[in-house]
Amino acid sequence: MTDPAIDVRGLHKAFGSTVALEALDLHVDRGEVFGFLGPNGAGKTTAVKLLLGLTRPTRGEGTVLGRPLGDRDARRDVGYLPELFRYQAWLTAREVLHLHARLSGLPSSGRDAELDRVIDVVGLHGRDDERTGGFSKGMQQRLGLAAALLGDPALVILDEPTSALDPVGRDDVRAIIREAQARGSTVFLNSHLLGEVERLCDRVAIVNRGRVVAAGALADLLGAAAVRLRVTGLEDPGAVLGSFGRVTVEDDWLVVGPLEPDRVPDLVATVVGAGGRVHAVDPGRRSLEDLFLDLVRDASPPAPDLEPAA
Amino acid sequence: MNPGQVAVIAGLTLREVARRRILWVLLGLSVVSVLLVAWGVDRRVTYARADGILEVQVRIGVSQVLIVIAFMFSFVLAMSAAFLGAPAIASDIETGTVHAMLARPLRRSELLLGRWLGLALVVAGYAVVSALLAIVAVGIVSGHVPPEPQVAIAYLAFQAVVVLTLAIALGTRLPAIAAGSIVVVLFGLAWFAGVLGNVAVAFDATPMAAAGDIARVLVPTDGLWRGVIYGLEPPVVLVLANARNAEALRANPFFAADPPPTEFVAWAIGWTVLVLLGGIALFRRREL
Repeated sequence: MTDPAIDVRGLHKAFGSTVALEALDLHVDRGEVFGFLGPNGAGKTTAVKLLLGLTRPTRGEGTVLGRPLGDRDARRDVGYLPELFRYQAWLTAREVLHLHARLSGLPSSGRDAELDRVIDVVGLHGRDDERTGGFSKGMQQRLGLAAALLGDPALVILDEPTSALDPVGRDDVRAIIREAQARGSTVFLNSHLLGEVERLCDRVAIVNRGRVVAAGALADLLGAAAVRLRVTGLEDPGAVLGSFGRVTVEDDWLVVGPLEPDRVPDLVATVVGAGGRVHAVDPGRRSLEDLFLDLVRDASPPAPDLEPAA
Repeated sequence: MNPGQVAVIAGLTLREVARRRILWVLLGLSVVSVLLVAWGVDRRVTYARADGILEVQVRIGVSQVLIVIAFMFSFVLAMSAAFLGAPAIASDIETGTVHAMLARPLRRSELLLGRWLGLALVVAGYAVVSALLAIVAVGIVSGHVPPEPQVAIAYLAFQAVVVLTLAIALGTRLPAIAAGSIVVVLFGLAWFAGVLGNVAVAFDATPMAAAGDIARVLVPTDGLWRGVIYGLEPPVVLVLANARNAEALRANPFFAADPPPTEFVAWAIGWTVLVLLGGIALFRRREL
């Protein structure tokens, strides 16, 4: 279990003159839920296909579960839910899962029990003998999720797993992902539903224009935000609170910081100590959405030629 | 190459054909056409015998009818093979089915070979069943049984597999409808080139005959069709043909003076393998 789940460096992919991925660096440890974010067209799905060996990088290299990209043995231990997919419409849900169990070499002895388990996990119980041709998009997505979870793979790659689901379905998927993590799987979650990612992921990487523009633990990435206080009776707040950072006034609010969350009590104590009365404190944590929008919007428009540096 | 994975895909393909009712529709149509043919041959033979026509003439007439029926079947088979083979890979790519499967420890070559094997069994099986039905039905109503029905059936099945192989290979790069259409057109052109080539032989027009031979090498379906005819011809036709001017008879697209040479059959097998390998190479290089 020492090899990282995913470790790639400088992956570059061009389709003719169109560059889909500029230089992708990713490191995902075993056992974590990793969020892979980016706007449409950022290269997320291309990156996933490179990890699975569905397409080959133009440059760069990496490993998945300690083996080279696209390695057949590594794929034995990877579950994948594609973004756009349809299973064989003339097979029942159980038959689709049976096919995938056979292709991934799941031993025939425990196969039926494993099929029952994943069917139960994704809530397809009672519908598993219906042909998938009659399934709604949401049901198809549940089936895809079941296929990805077959055999408790070491790495589960989910490409937009909740795009077709209603809020109840999304909540189910969150529980399913947490359970997969509890059973020892690493989950690589490709999504642009930031709320999902924020609730689920230990670490995230944000890609834009084919490059990782931010990566790390969520808490580190979101980092310190400015604290907002409603205070009366405080003379010259700039002098009193200067040691906490920049102090500005917005309407009735004092804005201090950016400030680490654990310094907020000290800030309040200082205000009170200086004779101020505190009516409200808003720790003002930045949301993932704010960070995402900052990073993606700040990016300059693409240069006319996107040739990467050698 | 893992034969187990190939077998899984071949089994899946057989199940697909059975579930989608394609095969049953084809077999149903074949049964109907065989019944109609049997009725027609029965009328013709009955009237001919009542008119006192020589039995050998009746037999020759029936053998020609059987060859024309086989030709019709060969066309139906080629169309079926083209439109079963062309979407085998192409549609799976379009619907994204292929992505989920290839993310498993399944090689592209195994997927393609599994598809080919499953469909080859289907078209060959269909060729055997429909041809046997026609031969048996005509035999019952007329008493004419071709000298080597197994040879004719084998060539018919081989011809269908050749068409299927080309359709699958083209379908790895082209949309299903384009691949299927190209294969059907090539099949028709190859047959026509064969006919023209034989006319050229009959009239001693060497360059045109050479063109016919080249077409037969490029797309071996017409050469294999000659094998079907040869297997269905009664020996008396060959004796009569050789006694007269056999060269002129070659112009008849429903006559074959000789069976396909062994070298040609070997080439047709090699051609099938090469096209299959070419299809695998194209599929491997395709971005999914």
